[in-house]
Amino acid sequence: MKKCEYQQIDPRALPTPTPTPTPTPPHHRGDDDGGGGGKSDELKRPRRKWEVFPGKNRFYCGGRIIVARQSGVLPLTLGLILVTSGLFFMFDCPFLVKHLTSCIPVVGGVLFVFVVITLLQTSFTDPGILPRATPDEAADIEKQIDNTGNASYRPPPRTKEVLINQQVVKLKYCFTCKMFRPPRTSHCSLCDNCVERFDHHCPWVGNCVGKRNYRFFYTFIVSLSFLTAFIFGCVTTHLALRAQGGKGLVFALQESPGSAVELVICFFSVWSILGLSGFHTYLVASNLTTNEDIKGSWSGKSGEDVTNPYSHKNIFINCCYVLCGPLPPSLIDRRGFLPADESAQTSGADIEVPTVATKSEINVCTQGTKGLLESASLPPLLSTSCPQGKPQTAHTCPDNNSPAVNSDPSPELSMSCGARRAASPQGDGSPSHHTKTRWKKSKRAALHVPNPAFDVPVSPTSPDAASFAPSQ
Amino acid sequence: MAETHSLQDLQQPAVSSKVFVQRDYGSGTTCRFQTKFPSELDSRLDKQQFEETIQTLNNLYAEAEKLGGKSYLEGCLACLTAYTIFLCMETHYEKMLKKIARFIKDQNEKIYAPRGLLLTDPIERGLRVVEITIFEDRSVGSGR
Repeated sequence: MKKCEYQQIDPRALPTPTPTPTPTPPHHRGDDDGGGGGKSDELKRPRRKWEVFPGKNRFYCGGRIIVARQSGVLPLTLGLILVTSGLFFMFDCPFLVKHLTSCIPVVGGVLFVFVVITLLQTSFTDPGILPRATPDEAADIEKQIDNTGNASYRPPPRTKEVLINQQVVKLKYCFTCKMFRPPRTSHCSLCDNCVERFDHHCPWVGNCVGKRNYRFFYTFIVSLSFLTAFIFGCVTTHLALRAQGGKGLVFALQESPGSAVELVICFFSVWSILGLSGFHTYLVASNLTTNEDIKGSWSGKSGEDVTNPYSHKNIFINCCYVLCGPLPPSLIDRRGFLPADESAQTSGADIEVPTVATKSEINVCTQGTKGLLESASLPPLLSTSCPQGKPQTAHTCPDNNSPAVNSDPSPELSMSCGARRAASPQGDGSPSHHTKTRWKKSKRAALHVPNPAFDVPVSPTSPDAASFAPSQ
Repeated sequence: MAETHSLQDLQQPAVSSKVFVQRDYGSGTTCRFQTKFPSELDSRLDKQQFEETIQTLNNLYAEAEKLGGKSYLEGCLACLTAYTIFLCMETHYEKMLKKIARFIKDQNEKIYAPRGLLLTDPIERGLRVVEITIFEDRSVGSGR
């Protein structure tokens, strides 16, 4: 306890208040101090940030695995891939190895592994969720907005214009996250999070596709195109070989019924997947997002001379940047610990809080710096109020490690809400995913492209309403 | 214990306000912060000192996000291994973030804390703002 305080000269990480001057029973302090790194609070278990995450997500394995409330059609996607590949390896490979070459299962295997891994990475990676603004930040922004002269009770303008590479870009205010969204960021209403470089919300992978997982998504669809085309080709060859010698296709199909299933699945999916890959290749080469392409942000539809300010003006560089550029770590720290006082606040178990608050010595003022310093590093995910009354306790240490800790379990373990809203106009919960099988796949390209209303989720509350608010 | 931290010795430090240094999007989505000196810090800090801190931060972030041979190599290698190397390897960006955290800690210890200020690492605010907490100190300057 004392040791911990003593060690933590880092002003941001001061764990405990000054216990000595306080009249509060020492054991409270002891408990909190004993927290040290925040792990052994005897009063109650220190909580991790994922437990209070405001978005629509569920967490497993202590925050290591993040999934959406609804898994969307991810099980279907995975199922189709596994079934098709399974049938391929069981029915077609033996024949083709015997009659052609043994490279076939090897190539198929590699593609299959790539597809599954990248699919899981796309689904389980945090797409670039922006943590919500802290109350102080939100208040500061509100103050700035109000200062722009709008004194009436009308909602103040909630857009801000910035100049990016000589292009005027409007930043919208997000009412849910209480901040001006950075450029290219959009709020996904299915996941209730702002996502950086938001591309679209993909029901097939059950997650948003954004800055951090776009490359996984792209690799997934490209490798899936190859896999589908490869399986299709192999199955066709297999059936052709079997049907040789006048035996006929029907005979071949009877001998290898699995191939028939594969043929149908692959035939109907290859076109849409190839189309989607082609579309995304175009997006990657021009450094655009699906969101921007659909909205026509940079196509000059308004008659002005607009160009994409984010493009590097060179296809090769754009591709390299999008696919091989640096991968920023997750900004939401799922496994970090909440400071015990926050846990206390939220769980109500810490009786120190009111006690301390009443003692002028222990409150804000003396704990003062520690508390303040600690509150300065309060998790932004918690929209708790006034940092001033908090008797800090032991748990800021982990906060300091947040960026590193985050990459600890695996950078790709996060998935947001996976509703199939894009699949149907009624929004999530549409019951048809069991009935539509390959039709969904064939619609995939369609889903991602011409469904701006659904692929570009807008929060039903106000962010977009805000854009209609009269601007100043 | 009070003696471990100089600020503890101050009579009644309290947060008087927080200043938020916003992002500068002039060059796109790369992480840069505005170097405009906030007026609330006028009495506490040199303009130049502030600018230097922010500029260094900007440079560090730029280096983290730099497109160069090394980052491409990392990216290509990752792609070839189906991105599984991210499970065992720390990316360049993460290394830079640690460096930034050390820099901020260092700045706090040397420059900001003695003036009753505190810089918060932007990563804790989702890389949106640099939060500077201003403490009201009545007995300024008890050395660290």
